[in-house]
Amino acid sequence: MSLRIVVCVKYVPDATGDRHFAEDLTVDRDDVDGLLSELDEYAVEQALQIADEADDAEITVLTVGPEDAKDALRKALSMGADKAIHVEDDDLHGTDALGTSLVLAAAIEKAGFDLVVCGMASTDGSMGVLPAMLAERLGVPQATLLSEVSVADGKVTGRRDGDAASEQLEAALPAVISVTDQSGEARYPSFKGIMAAKKKPVESWDLEELEIEADAVGLEGAWTKVDEAAERPARTKGTIVEDEGEGGKQLAAFLAERKFI
Amino acid sequence: MAEVLVYVDHVDGAVRKPTLELLTLARRIGEPVAVHLGAGADTAAPVLAEHGAVKVLTADAPEFAEYLVVPKVDAVAAAYKAVSPVAVLFPSSAEGKEIAARLAVRIGSGIITDAIDLEAGDEGPVATQSVFAAAFTTKSRVTTGTPVITVKPNSAAVEAAPAAGAVEQLEVSFGEQATGTKVVSRTPRESTGRPELTEAAIVVSGGRGINGAENFPVIEALADSLGGAVGASRAAVDAGWYPHTNQVGQTGKSVSPQLYIAAGISGAIQHRAGMQTSKTIVAINKDEEAPIFELVDYGVVGDLFDVVPQLTEEVKARKG
Ligand SMILES: Cc1cc2nc3c(=O)[nH]c(=O)nc-3n(C[C@H](O)[C@H](O)[C@H](O)COP(=O)(O)OP(=O)(O)OC[C@H]3O[C@@H](n4cnc5c(N)ncnc54)[C@H](O)[C@@H]3O)c2cc1C
Ligand SMILES: Nc1ncnc2c1ncn2[C@@H]1O[C@H](COP(=O)(O)O)[C@@H](O)[C@H]1O
Repeated sequence: MSLRIVVCVKYVPDATGDRHFAEDLTVDRDDVDGLLSELDEYAVEQALQIADEADDAEITVLTVGPEDAKDALRKALSMGADKAIHVEDDDLHGTDALGTSLVLAAAIEKAGFDLVVCGMASTDGSMGVLPAMLAERLGVPQATLLSEVSVADGKVTGRRDGDAASEQLEAALPAVISVTDQSGEARYPSFKGIMAAKKKPVESWDLEELEIEADAVGLEGAWTKVDEAAERPARTKGTIVEDEGEGGKQLAAFLAERKFI
Repeated sequence: MAEVLVYVDHVDGAVRKPTLELLTLARRIGEPVAVHLGAGADTAAPVLAEHGAVKVLTADAPEFAEYLVVPKVDAVAAAYKAVSPVAVLFPSSAEGKEIAARLAVRIGSGIITDAIDLEAGDEGPVATQSVFAAAFTTKSRVTTGTPVITVKPNSAAVEAAPAAGAVEQLEVSFGEQATGTKVVSRTPRESTGRPELTEAAIVVSGGRGINGAENFPVIEALADSLGGAVGASRAAVDAGWYPHTNQVGQTGKSVSPQLYIAAGISGAIQHRAGMQTSKTIVAINKDEEAPIFELVDYGVVGDLFDVVPQLTEEVKARKG
């Protein structure tokens, strides 16, 4: 039996560009350049390595997002994933983490899976909660924040480097995992990969196909509300001195003035 | 008065500082009820009481240590049923966020992560968050269910506010998922004797400019003279010069100390994301164009190998 891997990838505004809020206080995804979240590249990479080790595996990349999110899927396909699913629906605008996890879980079940691979966090929302929510909804084990992972004999094992300890984890498939940026550099798509990606299948699903009511998602269905978003006042420009032999002492004087010494 | 559940982050009963900060914030919303899971409740309870816990719900079972996250979700869900709180607060640690996430799904509530402040509002608690690498500050609320909120370290002062802190046993029955992910082995981190990075009042970080693991003692010496923690940029971590646990930034720790000193760090957006809310920021960099200088209260353009040792000596001299 083929190992069915679903990789969840997110299309996010470029972090090095100007990110802002739209009028309805959702993240503005229209006027900004977007890309496959860099942290999800690590998820695609680990999925590819796991698939290489398996006798037979198929990688599906899955995203929930606007029209442009197809770019993220193409990138993942050009890295080597086999096919893609794009969940797209006008009613999804403004969906929060709980809503997104509902939609992703429904899509993952519909697609069929043995292993779900996520990134450690999205680079825009940066909540790092989706993988745990997916495991809860799908009723399967979660092995998250892995910096090392392997799959064999129907089990996933990996290392989770926590604050207080480094843990070795083990769970039976099917399972949800997330991988960190310590898991190993993601490959660049090759020219051949980019060409091949153009022919790979991308399915589009809407809420109806997932049997999810429109009012369960979107801005109206969100269980959290942003009331205010204010640009942080620019830090007032500080003092900058050139070191001419006394830089360390000058700095010490500043720290003393601020009562740090 | 309404009760607020506070999840206790601890190491064998030694309560970590972010939990005490949570108790301060919880008191703005209601009466804090602490949930202590695992060993050490006897040690923790008096400390929690001292900081405002009216009750301490405890449960100890081997499952908490032997399996990942889910047994704790089962326990917090049991506490939620027992108390019917107006909010559930967690520290924004990796584990805290995951327990919170699953609890939110389970009890059908909205969730807010990484709050940096919390106030009572007419329509429930209002959380302040810092987003887009701290370029924006937002205020949000949970509109459905019981607000589940995770709070970053250093978001509030630790305050003494003695309360009863009565210890009560929590009945927990573990669900089917509880034993899904086994923790096969655990290697505790070696203590450096320095303050915890996320909790420290002063953080001194080194980047690519440190130019080798053998030079990190220059940063450590400054940190030690100030009683601070040591941080590192991802470039320094990726080069293998310093452990990943010390990385500051988007994929490392997010810190918000009183004083942040960056030496040999350019100030990339992903690094800023983890330190931009620091109160006072100082940088030493030989490139006057380095973006880190846009953030600083005080910056020295110069070679860190001249400036940092001189600073360390001067700090020691001034401290006598
Ligand atoms: C998805 C993603 C996540 C990331 N997460 C993080 C993260 O969590 N944390 C993080 O830090 N980065 C992160 N990064 C990387 C980030 O983009 C930068 O590459 C990194 O922060 C650069 O580290 P640096 O400032 O030490 O190195 P550089 O950018 O190379 O800067 C080194 C600086 O040192 C100065 N210098 C050199 N020698 C000296 C000297 N002798 N004296 C004084 N100054 C000197 C140079 O002028 C230069 O400004 C992430 C990137 C991505 C894509
Ligand atoms: N809209 C989305 N579509 C697909 N996957 C997502 C989406 N949002 C989040 N994810 C996945 O969940 C992980 C954690 O996201 P977050 O909890 O938002 O930080 C990401 O790294 C992705 O793997």
